[in-house]
Amino acid sequence: MKPAPFDYHAPRQLKEAAELLATLPNAKILAGGQSLVPMMNFRYVIVDHLVDLGHVDDLRGIAVIDGRLRIGAMMQQRDLETSPEIARHCPLLAEALRHVGHRQTRNRGTIGGSLAHADPAAELPAVCAAYDAVLHLASIRGLRSVPFREFSLGFMTTALAPDEMIAAVELPIWRLGHGHGFHEFARRHGDFALAGAAALLDIGTGNVARRAALALFGVAEQPVRVDAAEAALTGKAIDSRAIHAAAAAAWLIEPISDIHAGGEYRRHLAQVLSARALIDAARRAGVDM
Amino acid sequence: MGKQATRITVNGKSHARVVESRLTLADFLRHELGLTGTHLGCEHGVCGACTVLVDGRTARACLMFAVQANGSEVTTVEGLAPDGELSILQQAFMDNHGLQCGFCTPGMLITLTELLRDNAEPSEQDVREALTGNLCRCTGYAGIVKAALDAAQRLRGGSGA
Amino acid sequence: MGAKHFGARVKRLEDPALLSGRGRFVDDLKLPGLLHASFVRSPHGHTMVRAIDSQEAMAMPGVHAVLTADDLPEPMRRMPIPMLTPNPAIATPRTQTVLARDEACYVGQPIAVVIADSRYLAEDAAAAVVVDFDVLAAAGDCRAAIKDDAPRAHSDLASNIIARFPLAYGDVDAAFASAAHVFEEVLWQHRGGGMALETRAVLATHDPVADVLTVWSGTQTPHLGRGTLADLLERNLESIRMIAPDVGGGFGPKAIFYPEEAVIPAAALKLGRPVKWIEDRREHFLCATQERDQYWDMAIAVDSAGKILGVRGRMLHDSGAFVPWGIIMPYIAAVTVPGPYVVPAYRLETVVVLTNKVPTTPVRGAGRPQAVFAMERLLDRVARELSLDRAEVRRRNFIQPEQMPYPVGLLFRDGKPLVYDSGDYPKGQDEALRLAGYEGFRERQRAALEQGRLIGIGIGNYVEGTGLGPFEGVTVRVLPSGKVAVATGATNQGQGTRTTLSQIVAEQVGCRIEDIVMTIGDTGAIAQGVGAFASRQAVNAGCSAQLAGEAVRKQIIALAARALGVNENDIDLDDGLAVATTGNKPTIPFGELARLAQGIPGVSLPAGQAAGLEHTAYYTPPQAAYCSGTHVAEVEVDHMTGGVKVLNYTVAHDSGRVINPLIVDGQVQGGVAHGIGNALLEWMQYDENAQPLTTTFADYMLPMATDVPTCVIAHVETINPLNPLGVKGAGEGGTIPAAAAIIAAIEDALSPFNVHFAETPLTPERIVAALRASGAYERLFAA
Repeated sequence: MKPAPFDYHAPRQLKEAAELLATLPNAKILAGGQSLVPMMNFRYVIVDHLVDLGHVDDLRGIAVIDGRLRIGAMMQQRDLETSPEIARHCPLLAEALRHVGHRQTRNRGTIGGSLAHADPAAELPAVCAAYDAVLHLASIRGLRSVPFREFSLGFMTTALAPDEMIAAVELPIWRLGHGHGFHEFARRHGDFALAGAAALLDIGTGNVARRAALALFGVAEQPVRVDAAEAALTGKAIDSRAIHAAAAAAWLIEPISDIHAGGEYRRHLAQVLSARALIDAARRAGVDM
Repeated sequence: MGKQATRITVNGKSHARVVESRLTLADFLRHELGLTGTHLGCEHGVCGACTVLVDGRTARACLMFAVQANGSEVTTVEGLAPDGELSILQQAFMDNHGLQCGFCTPGMLITLTELLRDNAEPSEQDVREALTGNLCRCTGYAGIVKAALDAAQRLRGGSGA
Repeated sequence: MGAKHFGARVKRLEDPALLSGRGRFVDDLKLPGLLHASFVRSPHGHTMVRAIDSQEAMAMPGVHAVLTADDLPEPMRRMPIPMLTPNPAIATPRTQTVLARDEACYVGQPIAVVIADSRYLAEDAAAAVVVDFDVLAAAGDCRAAIKDDAPRAHSDLASNIIARFPLAYGDVDAAFASAAHVFEEVLWQHRGGGMALETRAVLATHDPVADVLTVWSGTQTPHLGRGTLADLLERNLESIRMIAPDVGGGFGPKAIFYPEEAVIPAAALKLGRPVKWIEDRREHFLCATQERDQYWDMAIAVDSAGKILGVRGRMLHDSGAFVPWGIIMPYIAAVTVPGPYVVPAYRLETVVVLTNKVPTTPVRGAGRPQAVFAMERLLDRVARELSLDRAEVRRRNFIQPEQMPYPVGLLFRDGKPLVYDSGDYPKGQDEALRLAGYEGFRERQRAALEQGRLIGIGIGNYVEGTGLGPFEGVTVRVLPSGKVAVATGATNQGQGTRTTLSQIVAEQVGCRIEDIVMTIGDTGAIAQGVGAFASRQAVNAGCSAQLAGEAVRKQIIALAARALGVNENDIDLDDGLAVATTGNKPTIPFGELARLAQGIPGVSLPAGQAAGLEHTAYYTPPQAAYCSGTHVAEVEVDHMTGGVKVLNYTVAHDSGRVINPLIVDGQVQGGVAHGIGNALLEWMQYDENAQPLTTTFADYMLPMATDVPTCVIAHVETINPLNPLGVKGAGEGGTIPAAAAIIAAIEDALSPFNVHFAETPLTPERIVAALRASGAYERLFAA
């Protein structure tokens, strides 16, 4: 299974990369390659040009700016997994990363690549959905910022223009002391999730939730924020009954169905995993569950 | 279309070549350099038989192009021990029946090399989780896990299981 | 003489090279002037092939040839691949031609081949070959394929049914009529494959001076392959040499002869250059043979104590598009049902049908897992219905050791009456249950339930006919250098053939293991051979090694006695040295004896002395050697997600006398991994047009290190009285009852919900669906 021929480019500057992407015909970005190269080996994807962003230092780095965690798109997942800033400020992301593929794929796979590829079963897009992340996109036209809800458009479809790349991701940091929960169900360790839930809870006095976020992945064509569940929890005292009642709203998603799992089963998993993720988030936020 | 110069250090030796851009790192190692210890089991990044170290980190050589490794240092199974000798990990595999057909073995050794470097005292669960990126169809993994734990103990200065 | 090597946990001779990346698999071999192949394959389940246009492909860079059926030599061009296992019950013993000419009958069937300077270039050109197809309706499901109005798997065949055979003994109808209880089960097993980590591979080169065609193939059966290739090319056997070098796993699919093993040598002959083809994983999913897709409809009749009175039923077997291995597998499945139990009356009607999927041939277990699944599920049903312990029901029905040799009442596939030669089934089960802590399990289960965890335990028993004939030869020859050369037709795909045979030869001949130089899997080294399948090599090659070694031992002793001037009784052999035990104990090394045995040119040998110091033995087993075992699986089920984890796994294994416990344990452990895969993960899915849907390792799931616990393995050796070593085969026992034990354990874990399963793989989705149907979730979510 050998790929079709292509020309390879390794720019060192963001500007150069943007120019290449705009001018080369049938060109694709090579980030970590863990999703793209298998498709090229199968010849499901045939490109004339590959633009390798691996040497563009502008696309790296982790920084906390104004209550937001800014991550360069070409940061490899393994480096994010071991980052003390991420562990401290965005523990949901740190936990989700442990479920992304295998060590070998995380060593090379990037956050930008995962977000651009937009596989419905991927963890990182769901985390961005939960955080209401903002993506910074770059092209020869300059930079623009797009909230995740507007970035994710459908099945493996994003708002990226053909000559555009993700430069950075910003996650708004939740109040210190918030709780996070992450549960996914896969057939084997490291497999694509059949369903998963990422939850954030900010809980105040009397165990009342100030704020709640619940994002599902693997169940629909793109990550889904379960607005009804969030509304059911916000302003309410959090206990097991409240969580299960809120998790029931996960049944209302439009599930996908494929050879790995049918829609009914995914709905079921969505409920089960939502409850588990919310329970973990509540515990971590200090509620005695 | 698409030829490129690349210079890759493999097992400590530098190799400069002009290759097709689409030549995978695995094929470069196997056929350009004749290092056939790295194997191809799937060419879509699941089985791990092609695992090598790139700049010290495990990578699936079937999912990289040789031109991407320009300027990098690659370690293959042939580089794990001096010629004619077996490393502690390799010896542990032999002592614990950690291989049968041997096809997955180079990838297993590379993955465990990274694990044992990062974690000197892995639990059995740590070892099993680290190995999920490498499929074996012969051994049922028991001998491999045993070998990994045995090697970890020996590397820590123990006398071995 | 106490055994020095036999029975010892000898470390494997194969390991050092494999560990340092110096294995020699087919793709590791380099020849000057090597060309590379890529096949053009049918993308349709069933299609006529009208025309093949290779003009554009031929003009592409680096392309040397595009070959279709018309470019192949006779008789290969038109002759279907010879079928080695004929059976009069097969109405249409159809096999494929090496390249399809007018009709292709499964997705992946090879139609043309591109030969180019590199695999990359060959694939570029293969994509440019234009084939004019006339697509036909495909037979996609064997249950539909038996119907009269089903699409034909082959356009010229009136029916897709290629064989029907009844197997019966005893008065089944009377047994059922008089039974206190009759229980029925419908069971199904989905398709799966051996999925060795190394795909198939063929390298061929022709030496025009000697007119020898040398073929390296990742095959389990080089001698059989050479024979078939000789037929297809109409060449003398001696003009072809087939070698199986290091092979990365076999498990059955590499035992049959494939079209590529003929096309690549034909290309090498035609182009006058060596040609190599390495199968990629996608091709492997399409073209390597598979197993299962069997539907069983069974009934068991028992008395009020749960003793079996009779078993009857029907089985439908999907053969795929061709029958390269005849009806071996459904036949084996059919005769395996009675197992270790006394079954006074038995009748199974088997129907074998063609579909447009890739053919099914033996994969580890070879039909036995399916039969054991049927029988064990039936016994679990009896236990549940009669409120008996599942181990007790089995105990009440076991064949007892004093009943050995036990005639089952059927003919086995080795052509002989199915007679179990030895075995102690009650002991095996008791041992497995003891090691698994079966007695204390209910308490453990109760304690787990209090913590909200559902755990369960299941049992599976089996009997397996191994060591099948006709033979596997071994030559042992002492060289003047003192080394002992061994040649055999036995092959190695990971089972440590070199090591186990070395142990036997060293034991017999009295040399050191490290002095043995062995050639395996090479038709140039020994005249006749068969190869690896049906767990046969320990018996066949092992006994040949024993016999040849014994013969050489006698020759050594005779020569040494003459040379040292002592009686033969006064000679000991130790590590390559013959030592007199009397007088001043002179010695003579084996190498010098070998030199003596060559004689002096022109001079007669002393009376009674044979030429050279060697012997070739072709041991022929009188019948199969019957292994048995008990598996006990312990699982945990997450009833909310349907997720299953195998917690503990215990095996009591009887494979006769054990040559190398390290290797046998490895085979059992590896076999259990396949069994876990079959039970929970592996499902080769097709759509209704026979299009394969699971063609990557992401879609077809193999067990990972987190899925397979380390088994507790006990050896219960009952010595095979029928062969000189007392050995039986060990390659498949780990797989055979695994699915039965695991499914039973899942049911046991979910016993609060009273759900029942009779299919594999049992997916989490199916478990959740069954729980939902039983009302398990109603109180949990107000959905």
